[in-house]
Amino acid sequence: MNSLLSIRDVAKKFQNREVLRGISLDVASGEFLTILGESGSGKTTLLRLIAGFEQPDSGEIWMADERLDTLPPHRRHVNTVFQSYALFPHLSVFENIAYGLRVQHVAKAEIPSRVERALAMVKMAEFEHSPPSRLSGGQQQRVALVRALVNRPQVLLLDEPLSALDANLRRQMQIELKLLQREVGITFIFVTHDQEEAMALSDRIALLRAGVLEQVASPREIYVRPATAYTAKFIGQTNLLRAQVSGGVATASGISWRIAGTSSESGVATFSLRPECIRLLGQFAPGVRMADGGPVRFRARIKTQTFGGATDLLEVALSDESSLRVRIPSHGSLQGEAEFEFAPADAVSVRESEPN
Amino acid sequence: MYTRAYKATVAIPPLLWVTIFLLIPYAILFCYSFWQVSPLQVIVHAWSFDNYRELVRNPVYLEVLFRSMRIAGAVTILALLLGYPLAYFLSFCATRRKDLFYQLVIIPLWVSYLVRGYAWKTILGSDGVLNGFLQYLHITSHPVEFFLYSPFAVILTLTHIYTPFTFLPIYASLEHVPRNLVEASQDLGASPFRTFWHVVFPLSLPGVLAGATFAFVLTLGDFLAPLLVGGPSGIMISNIVVSLFGAAYNWPLGAAISFGMLVLVVALLFLVERVEKKLSFS
Repeated sequence: MNSLLSIRDVAKKFQNREVLRGISLDVASGEFLTILGESGSGKTTLLRLIAGFEQPDSGEIWMADERLDTLPPHRRHVNTVFQSYALFPHLSVFENIAYGLRVQHVAKAEIPSRVERALAMVKMAEFEHSPPSRLSGGQQQRVALVRALVNRPQVLLLDEPLSALDANLRRQMQIELKLLQREVGITFIFVTHDQEEAMALSDRIALLRAGVLEQVASPREIYVRPATAYTAKFIGQTNLLRAQVSGGVATASGISWRIAGTSSESGVATFSLRPECIRLLGQFAPGVRMADGGPVRFRARIKTQTFGGATDLLEVALSDESSLRVRIPSHGSLQGEAEFEFAPADAVSVRESEPN
Repeated sequence: MYTRAYKATVAIPPLLWVTIFLLIPYAILFCYSFWQVSPLQVIVHAWSFDNYRELVRNPVYLEVLFRSMRIAGAVTILALLLGYPLAYFLSFCATRRKDLFYQLVIIPLWVSYLVRGYAWKTILGSDGVLNGFLQYLHITSHPVEFFLYSPFAVILTLTHIYTPFTFLPIYASLEHVPRNLVEASQDLGASPFRTFWHVVFPLSLPGVLAGATFAFVLTLGDFLAPLLVGGPSGIMISNIVVSLFGAAYNWPLGAAISFGMLVLVVALLFLVERVEKKLSFS
């Protein structure tokens, strides 16, 4: 991978609390990378290290061939979109956007056209002379975005920029953001705690857990092939099955299935099985090809059924009373026992790791 | 929200207070300023503009007024020059010892004005601490007289006394500058110096203006510092008012000067408020 930004074994402590440990991450040019994590996982700290507002205790950050972590923030070719926008209240929208250009001594004649093009990009041309306090949250968001972009940074850092917006506006801004990123081709590093947002926007997701990178992969891969139980639970919903493995067969709660691959290890293993990978038999249209090895069937008692629009979420009890979540296409009221099946390949073996 | 009765109950005590202790005395003073003192040293209720005419015609009053304004201007500038860096340091640089430093600035305000005035007298006098020190170092052979009883002494004393008054509003406005604006400015490529001039300083201007107003208005009306350390050349307009109401027994003229000052200060405050409105960006 031809990497633009390279984070090498970075660690950061605040007082005695280790916020980040052994973070190594390469970001490719033009990539949309999302740093995803719960609050307190260190994701904002990581972003602030790249921007230069914090210094790492150890490790290095490089951009192309330049060492970044020893430079003060104003010497770095990165720009940030702040969580609370941080627009200058004493300057007009125009002057806010022109700020970076003036600082970098861009030719005076060039400034108005660049600012106007930037404003046009987010359809805000008419607000050129307004003070930021006159704008709505979404409008301020757009100004903050182009104020950073107009400087043509090599990397744009976005610190939960959509978290202050209401749900509808948020979805709209997600689409705009994604389109904008494709249009300008600048590398985006986006921080969020919202896994749906991360899935919708990113080329790759870096999942951060208590200061350590849990998994870095594309949204599809991280969803379909979660490496750890934590990842499987954090991204989407899942069932975690603790199974006894021997001779290539896993058994959990009375259900047995053949494990993909040739491993003949024995012992206990954890599997992640997404609710939508389980089908209710009888509802299932014939002719759909099953994964290799044929489906695994089991009977279970339906405990609850939650209507969710296009799909229903069932909670079913297995023979040992452990429960399993099953997502099926919307269905009339279901009761009693039913037969279910899933493809063995959909039960993904995951590591069970404690936050170290 | 609140009933009329509630609003009236809350509003009446301060209104009464202001009326009895401010508006009525001012009205009486206003009347006095149009009356006269007869040759027999009796105040006669003969209405005229003579006192105001005297105010403009007699160069002594205008001269002292201009001197007072010059002193007030100098004190304002010095107090801002001392108060702003202090406030900036406390707000942006002092991290752990912030509270301690803040208290150190505030504590002098608890000490009586008179004590502080006398302290300067002890320092600046001909056998004072400063002269003693200079002679000890053989920098001067005789006590330097102009330290005390001069406009210089008045400016020094008042700067010392009113610097906390400029510090406090500036500190408050600096504390209200969102720190992410400072980060945003650096993020956009601005050096710390540029960030200060283009972001921090403009946003702290309301505090600077409030501090300057405090220092200027309080200095303009001060009479203790000139009395203690000013001497004849350091006399200010309030000293004249005091002597007119006291020894000279010319209440009408004293009232006229007071009113002239009042108009001046109110006009100034009015102006400041208009500028301040332009400067606030919330």
